[in-house]
Amino acid sequence: MTGGRSYSTVRVILPAHLRTLARAGGEVSLEVEGPVTQRSVLDALEARFPMLRGTIRDQITFERRAFVRFFACEEDLSHQSPDAPLPDAVASGAEPFLVVGAIAGGS
Amino acid sequence: MSSVRVLVGTRKGAFILTSDGKREQWDVSGPHFAGWEIYHLKGSPADPNRLYASQSSGWFGQVIQRSNDAGKTWDPVGNKFAYDGVPGTHQWYDGTPHPWEFKRVWHLEPSLTDPDTVYAGVEDAAIFLSKDAGLTWQELAALREHGTGPRWQPGAGGMCLHTIILDPSDPQRMYIAISAAGAFRTDDAGKTWRPINRGLHSITIPEPTAEIGHCVHHVAMHPSRPSVLFMQKHWDVMRSDDAGDSWREVSGNLPTDFGFVIDVHAHEPETIYVVPIKSDSEHFPPDGMLRVYRSRSGGNEWEALTKGLPQRDCYVNVLRDAMAVDSLESCGVYFGTTGGQVYASADAGDNWTPIVRDLPAVLSVEVQTLA
Repeated sequence: MTGGRSYSTVRVILPAHLRTLARAGGEVSLEVEGPVTQRSVLDALEARFPMLRGTIRDQITFERRAFVRFFACEEDLSHQSPDAPLPDAVASGAEPFLVVGAIAGGS
Repeated sequence: MSSVRVLVGTRKGAFILTSDGKREQWDVSGPHFAGWEIYHLKGSPADPNRLYASQSSGWFGQVIQRSNDAGKTWDPVGNKFAYDGVPGTHQWYDGTPHPWEFKRVWHLEPSLTDPDTVYAGVEDAAIFLSKDAGLTWQELAALREHGTGPRWQPGAGGMCLHTIILDPSDPQRMYIAISAAGAFRTDDAGKTWRPINRGLHSITIPEPTAEIGHCVHHVAMHPSRPSVLFMQKHWDVMRSDDAGDSWREVSGNLPTDFGFVIDVHAHEPETIYVVPIKSDSEHFPPDGMLRVYRSRSGGNEWEALTKGLPQRDCYVNVLRDAMAVDSLESCGVYFGTTGGQVYASADAGDNWTPIVRDLPAVLSVEVQTLA
């Protein structure tokens, strides 16, 4: 708790191309304010790495890009609401939130 | 001593090829942005160390990269290409209305005078302008909002704005081309646009001489004669002597008048180059012979340039932004192929040698001539 606000430390693993773009290491630790959701995690990720804006979700509609997937705790969370709470294990930092390039999508 | 820097965009990264003025020995740097499609990269005429690159992927969308040190290091800059207002619809392949959707940047055209000003031609067709070195982008919406916009239709490669030509004699004048809407001109720095397609004849549209709907593949201009334009249309090589107000065909004796690239000699405004390609669907050189054709008369009379180019079993394509010239005393001509070769001629096309043979498919070639 900081000034009455709650923060969680969330671990995010990016696909290789986005790690290169962000000049980030294999795993990123983010301080996420309030409920831990796809939206709050991506907000925190893009705030720290502005060059990732538009690469995971659209910058205008905020919809997930078609060939990006979100995995955690061995589940595909891609089709869940961006405002749905992520698993407790992600919120607690026990498990990472994975941003994955789909097996399709390239050429 | 003079030198040249060749900027090559490919399906899987960017490469920078450098040589001294002899253009015999080449250093190859890259891949930059490995694994990403680099549709185009280009240097600023006002500051040759300033480069811009369009980086995109099916997974992660559009990124714009900027270099301030001639491509040694790069920084991602702004990539938010938001259409102005409600973008409306254009025609889809089946003729139904389809909403305008941003897909990628096909072409970056830095200002002739300001390294921080750069234009971007995008798919779905629109033109954007950045005045802060690529950090933010604003659409010049009057083009897309031209009354004909709802009737524009994509070519096979998508509805892309692929050509941007800045008039060195008039900062208010600019030419653009869209597949498959045609060519347009502004005389007031993008506030208003007019189609400049009179004289084009396209059998692929119901009204072959329509105001719009022509599949223009590329347009070239010599800076000393900015009202003379040369066009490689889907079929037909065309010429305009009145800033696009009217066009006439100059295909002449070409073995096929289909192709993608067209360019002009750096010192001879009537010497032009094309690479004829067989179509409708083959998209490789006729008879397996890779030939550049040169006209020294501004079209109609063409000669095949073959020395050093494969003359058998060659089935590559040369895409629309993949030819460029340098401005050394003996004009250099360069082009890249979908087979990954970048060919160079240091004598205006008489003799060719490959700088590299095995890059990923080449999407674009630009050249900087350095003092």
